[in-house]
Amino acid sequence: MQTQTTGKVRGIIANLLTIEVDGPVAQNEICFIHLGDTRLMAEVIKVTGKNASAQVYESTRGLRVGDHVTFAGHMLEVQLGPGLLSSNYDGLQNNLATMDGVFLKKGEYTEPIDRETAWDFKPLAKAGDKVTAGDWLGEVMEGWLTHRIMVPFTMTETYTVEKVTQEGSYTVDQTVAVLKDDKGQSHPVTMVQKWPVKRAITAYKEKPRPFKVMETGVRTIDTFNPIAEGGTGFIPGPFGCGKTVLQHAIAKQAEADIIVMAACGERANEVVEIFTEFPKLIDARTGRHLMERTTIICNTSNMPVAAREASVYTAMTICEYYRAMGHRALLLADSTSRWAQALREMSNRMEELPGQDAFPMDLPAIISNFYARAGIVTLNNGQTGSVTFIGTVSPAGGNLKEPVTESTQKATRCFYALSQNRADRKRYPAVDPMDSYSKYLEYPEIITYFAEKVGPEWIDTIWEGKNYVRRGKEAYEQINILGDDGVPLDYHISYWKSELIDFIILQQDAFDAIDASTPMERQEYMYTKVINICRQNIEFEDFEDCSAFFKKLINVFRQMNYSKFQSEEFKRYETEIEELLTEKVQA
Amino acid sequence: MAKAFQRIYTRLEGITKATVVLDAKRVMNDELATVDGRLAQVVKISGDRVTLQVFGGTEGIATNSEVVFWGEAPSLNVSEELAGRFFNAYGKPIDGGPEVEGEHREIGGPSVNPYRRQQPSQIIPTGIAGIDLNNTLVSGQKIPFFADPDQPYNQVMATVALRADVDKIILGGMGLTNDDYLFFRQSFENAGKLSRIISFVNTTDDPPVERLLIPDMALTAAEYFAVDKNEKVLVLLTDMTLYADALSIVSNRMDQIPSKDSMPGSLYSDLAKIYEKAVQLPSGGSITIIAVTTLSGGDITHAIPDNTGYITEGQLFLRHDSDTGKVIVDPFRSLSRLKQLVIGKQTREDHNHVMNTAIRLYADAADAKTKLENGFDLSDYDLRALDFAKEYSLQLLSIDVNINITEMLERTWKLFAKYFTKEELSIREDLVEKYYGN
Repeated sequence: MQTQTTGKVRGIIANLLTIEVDGPVAQNEICFIHLGDTRLMAEVIKVTGKNASAQVYESTRGLRVGDHVTFAGHMLEVQLGPGLLSSNYDGLQNNLATMDGVFLKKGEYTEPIDRETAWDFKPLAKAGDKVTAGDWLGEVMEGWLTHRIMVPFTMTETYTVEKVTQEGSYTVDQTVAVLKDDKGQSHPVTMVQKWPVKRAITAYKEKPRPFKVMETGVRTIDTFNPIAEGGTGFIPGPFGCGKTVLQHAIAKQAEADIIVMAACGERANEVVEIFTEFPKLIDARTGRHLMERTTIICNTSNMPVAAREASVYTAMTICEYYRAMGHRALLLADSTSRWAQALREMSNRMEELPGQDAFPMDLPAIISNFYARAGIVTLNNGQTGSVTFIGTVSPAGGNLKEPVTESTQKATRCFYALSQNRADRKRYPAVDPMDSYSKYLEYPEIITYFAEKVGPEWIDTIWEGKNYVRRGKEAYEQINILGDDGVPLDYHISYWKSELIDFIILQQDAFDAIDASTPMERQEYMYTKVINICRQNIEFEDFEDCSAFFKKLINVFRQMNYSKFQSEEFKRYETEIEELLTEKVQA
Repeated sequence: MAKAFQRIYTRLEGITKATVVLDAKRVMNDELATVDGRLAQVVKISGDRVTLQVFGGTEGIATNSEVVFWGEAPSLNVSEELAGRFFNAYGKPIDGGPEVEGEHREIGGPSVNPYRRQQPSQIIPTGIAGIDLNNTLVSGQKIPFFADPDQPYNQVMATVALRADVDKIILGGMGLTNDDYLFFRQSFENAGKLSRIISFVNTTDDPPVERLLIPDMALTAAEYFAVDKNEKVLVLLTDMTLYADALSIVSNRMDQIPSKDSMPGSLYSDLAKIYEKAVQLPSGGSITIIAVTTLSGGDITHAIPDNTGYITEGQLFLRHDSDTGKVIVDPFRSLSRLKQLVIGKQTREDHNHVMNTAIRLYADAADAKTKLENGFDLSDYDLRALDFAKEYSLQLLSIDVNINITEMLERTWKLFAKYFTKEELSIREDLVEKYYGN
């Protein structure tokens, strides 16, 4: 091993240090600044001659020129192993639950993975097997989840399994397998491995185009703009439009094995809500507590800015780790704008030439690289695993023409625009049905998937519904300009058909026990029913007759949304709707 | 103020309007210093070259001025003696009283571990229905008034503070006019509650950069009472727009590249560091922050209110209601994000329903008003909605209302019964049976 590089602090501006080094230093290398007995973690972000610039993941108060620095010889790494699930970490993967005291202490770093817990290990590979990075050697049960112990991702050669330990109880640091490389050298493998977060884990065979849909239980997403498993989407919206409520709804209901929530530069009380509620709430699909499938990476807005940037990478790496085990991971990051702002603060201190709105020039590249880490993959053993990624964006002043929103829009396939107008009218979720889109609706793979799963005409029905909404919006504008009497009756009918779709399908009560989550089967049933009514040519005497009829209809449909699927109550309302329709058609 | 290990320098290498540069050794980041007797803080170190931000401005400072380094970051002495006192931005008494004895604590300290926070759950009643009924405040919350400069936000804030059931009230005044400062002082004195109040005040007479210290001073005192003494503390910060303006002055002097609206790129983090001090602690203590962000011409897309909105848990809008001549809390644009944690739980079961229905009917009245203005005929319902809106505004939304929440609910039910049928309310049936017309 080479001798450790050390250095001395030469300059300080806020959390940016200039360090004079005495040896080799790598871009993105981690170093520690000695402040008395505490060590402050920092990352090298630029090297000029003998001087390295480093961003400190802590407050730099009290540092002086001349303070000693030691370099770690590696980039920012996370530890991967059993025990990640249900944990609460900060952006650098320190376990928040095991920290002492009410306040975060400078330089206090805690173990992300418990070293004492023993896990029941079952071997999967046997002596003589040829293996490489990401191949499964054994498994342990991490609560309810099968957690595969893999060949470390850094071991990319081909190895022969010399030995896999027998079934039994082991702690994470015990050797569970020994691998031999082609030079005959043995490599012991434990249950825990390290990985630099800013690098994507690519220990898989291939990354095909997404070919199935991830259900979220949110109708405006699943029915109108579905997101693919392994897909990418983002939710931009001004404050107060329900970004967080929508993200929490997705976290609670999405069809994924594990959820990683990266609270990136947002309010601490929102994370407290997850800490408080998720251990109590039950996942309707599995009957288990939501916390059992959730890992929280929490760097709230008052925590050090540099660690905010690290937090999204930490979260993504954990998702990729579970993907390599063949699981479906969902990453929710709230909000990626705060991450971009952290980049801006740093770039500004380094006196780089700024791009638009003072953001760094390479912002679009950074964002698209990051989103590209999501995806569904075929593993070496033929199984699939996925990382689906939905980020929120907080555009300044609610204006979508700003660099973070624009760059993210280029990098993602689903766009869920939250509209101030809908939020003001309390039409939640405030996802704008016209501005939002899902590119996956155009994927032949997804079209085939829907044809098999739901029905051959489903995709066409989605486009048909979108068209009713568009026509309704156009009619509404005309009615507003010309007055109720100034337009033909058809305009009113168009408008009310779109209102029917809006109220019954697009709007959803996130706080109602039943309406909050709608399984696909129920979505299909209700949507087909609504569309069938839109297709009918119902005659009305005048616009008042029309609005009165649709108001009544919407009211009964809403009661249906609040009732258990196919229950007595549900069917009673359904009959009521039939009667309303028959009455109208006969009259 | 002289300390044992003082390092004194007498040669400045550069002077700008807000900063001075000199060569000095072993200087600490964030350290305080005095430059010709004026307080300054280290903001940049490059080798031996140190940049100091001079809070009071640099007018008249000469290149041979004496610079004394203190070896510590800005601090405040904390103890029970703080109660009832008035201080300037440096934590020095301005009420003629003695210096406070107590523990010497650095301001702008660390954040609370989010995992150790408790979910806010205690209601803070204010007697103002526009707040208690529609935008209920919860202890541990952070919420600003978004107000135009001509609105009586300081008066409303003083009223809220004096009515709130809290152990300590801490006022952080930034760029207060002397008149407003005296107003606060008099209101607190008249209410006989001076002993519960601590004030840190920077008036318009004082240099603007000094303001940057006010929130941290106020919150260090707040943390002392909330964390060490388990008390419920209410912090009032007015006006945060002037604080942000001071930030932009400093970043400009340091040649930083401005982002939106000439604000520094770090505005979000700078504001979050302050507002996120609001907390409900496991020991029962809490810090609640009510702030004021003045708007220019009601524009909430400006960087200051915009970033604030993303950080705080809602916002309160004041509006002059021309129909009644009262200042009301605008029910449409105001929002308390934490209200659902307490309404219907610590208040009566019908709270949520009454609140939503009243606002919906108030919105109907607004629509009717538009119709009227456009020359369309009004229906009977429209006319009733308009009458309702007027009384609702007068009896409930107006900021001079002072009743408890149950009375607010009863008043609203009376108005419902006076102007609307049960069907028009479309409230859950069992609640209508219980409260309508009773």
